[in-house]
Amino acid sequence: MYELICIGASWGGLSAVGRLLADISEDVTLPIAIAQHRHPGALEGTLRELLALQIRRPVTDVEDKTPIEPCRVYLAPPDYHLLVEPGSFALSLDERVQFARPSIDVLFESAADAYGDRVIGVILTGANEDGAAGLARIKARGGVAIVQDPRGAERRVMPDAALAATVADAVLPLEEIGKFLYGLCVTPAVTQR
Amino acid sequence: MTSVEPSQSARPAGGEELEDLELRLLLEGVFRRYGFDFREYAPASLRRRVWRRVHAERLGTISGLTEKLLHDEATMERLLLDLSVNVTAMFRDPTFYVAFRQKVVPVLRTHPFTRIWVAGCSTGEEVYSLAILLQEEGVYERARIYATDINESVLDRARGGVFPLEKMREYTQNYIRAGGTRAFSEYYVAAYDGAQFQRSLIENVVFAQHNLVSDRSFNEFHVIVCRNVMIYFEKKLQDHVHGLFYESLPTFGILALGHKESIRFSPFEDRYEELDNGEKLYRKVV
Ligand SMILES: C[S@@+](CC[C@H](N)C(=O)[O-])C[C@H]1O[C@@H](n2cnc3c(N)ncnc32)[C@H](O)[C@@H]1O
Repeated sequence: MYELICIGASWGGLSAVGRLLADISEDVTLPIAIAQHRHPGALEGTLRELLALQIRRPVTDVEDKTPIEPCRVYLAPPDYHLLVEPGSFALSLDERVQFARPSIDVLFESAADAYGDRVIGVILTGANEDGAAGLARIKARGGVAIVQDPRGAERRVMPDAALAATVADAVLPLEEIGKFLYGLCVTPAVTQR
Repeated sequence: MTSVEPSQSARPAGGEELEDLELRLLLEGVFRRYGFDFREYAPASLRRRVWRRVHAERLGTISGLTEKLLHDEATMERLLLDLSVNVTAMFRDPTFYVAFRQKVVPVLRTHPFTRIWVAGCSTGEEVYSLAILLQEEGVYERARIYATDINESVLDRARGGVFPLEKMREYTQNYIRAGGTRAFSEYYVAAYDGAQFQRSLIENVVFAQHNLVSDRSFNEFHVIVCRNVMIYFEKKLQDHVHGLFYESLPTFGILALGHKESIRFSPFEDRYEELDNGEKLYRKVV
C-alpha cells in the first residue's frame, strides 16, 4: 500500500495545489508533502494560511525532524530543502538545485530512497525543469508518477520536462488528479459474507 | 556514469539496500582512517552529497569513492567540504537579530564580561553579523566570541573576512530589517576580491576548529548560538550535542537555534524556557 504523496509545483502552483488538495477526498489518509517554489524571502505561514482556507486537512510548516503522520499536509519552508527520512522529515540548506530551494527533485528523490515503491509523485504547473529527475527516481523505485496534462497547465515547462524524463502512470487535467488519487489509495471496503 | 548531476544518476533498481551498505562502509572508513565521524548524520542529505562527490570524481559507485579516499587524502578533503554544508549569510533571518537585540542584549548588559560560543560558524558571516550587533549595542568591548567549526578551511575564510560583493545588496537589506542603526557600508571596503570587513569586528573573536560530535566542551558560555548545524544530525546525535551545550551553559545561559530547529522532543526540553519561541531563543532554567 502507498504511504506518501509528494507534490511539486512552481509557477502557477499556488492555485493548482489548492485546487488539487481541495479535490482529494478525506478518505485518502496518506500524508502529503509539498514542495512549492517560492521567493526565498516569502513569508512563512502565508501558504499554510492560504491552504487552510481551502481545505480541511491540517497543514504544517515542516520543522527539523517533524514526524510524518497520516492525513496531514506538510509544506517545505521557504529557502530550505525538504527531505524525507523513514518516518520523519529533514531539512537542509544545501545549494539550490536548478536554482530552487526547496527543490522538488530533492524532495522526490529522498522520498523514493526512504519509501521505495510506496510513494506517489505528482508534478503540476511550472516554468522550469525541477522535479523531472525526482519523478523519474520515484518511478524507477517502483512508485507512481502522475503529471498534470501540460495542455491545461498554467506553465507547461515543468510537466513537459517530467514527461520527457519518465513514463508517467497518468497524465491528467488538474481537476481529475484528486479522483485518480482516490482510486489509488482507497481500497473499497470488502463486505464480509 | 560520468554525469555531474546526482539526480540523473542511473542506479540499478532494487539496489537500495546495497547502496545503504556502501554508504555505511564509506562513513566507517572515513571515521577509522581520518577520525571524522559522520555516522550519525541525517542520511537523506548525506546520501545526496556523497553521490555528488562520486560524480565529481568521475566514479560510478559509493564504494569507488571509499577506495579512492582511503588512499588519497586530497579526495577526503574534497568530500569533507561537500559533507559540511557551508551555506550561510549575514543577518540570515533578520527577525532573529531583532529578537537578539531586544531579549539577549539586555541580559548581556548585566554581566561584566560575556562569553559567546558560535558553534558551526562556517565562513563567518554570522559571527561578523553578531559582532556588528554587539558593537552597535555598546557591549562588544565586554564580549568574547568563540567561533568554531569542524572545517578548518571555512575558518580560514572567516578569519579573512572577505565576502562576495554581489551579496552586499541582500545583506544590506537584511541588516536594515535586523534593526541595524548605521549605514551597512561603513563596515566594509570594496576590495578587488570582495567586501573586506573591518578587522576591528573580529578583535574579540577567537576562531578555532571544534567538532561537535567528538570534542568536549571547552568553557562556560553565557550564550551559545548554533544555527542550522544540528539539522544535519540524526536525533541521537542531536541529543548528544544538546548535552554538550547544556553542560556549557550556566543557569540562565541562553541557547539560540535555527528557525526550523527546536529543543522540543530532546531530553533537555524541560531544562529550558522559551525566551522567544518563534526565534528559537531559549534560557536554561535548571
Ligand atoms: C549550514 S552551515 C550553518 C552556518 C551558520 N551557523 C548559519 O546558520 O548561517 C553548517 C555548518 O556546520 C558545520 N558542521 C557540520 N558538522 C559539524 C560538527 N560535527 N562540528 C562542528 N561543526 C560542524 C559545517 O562545517 C558548516 O559550516
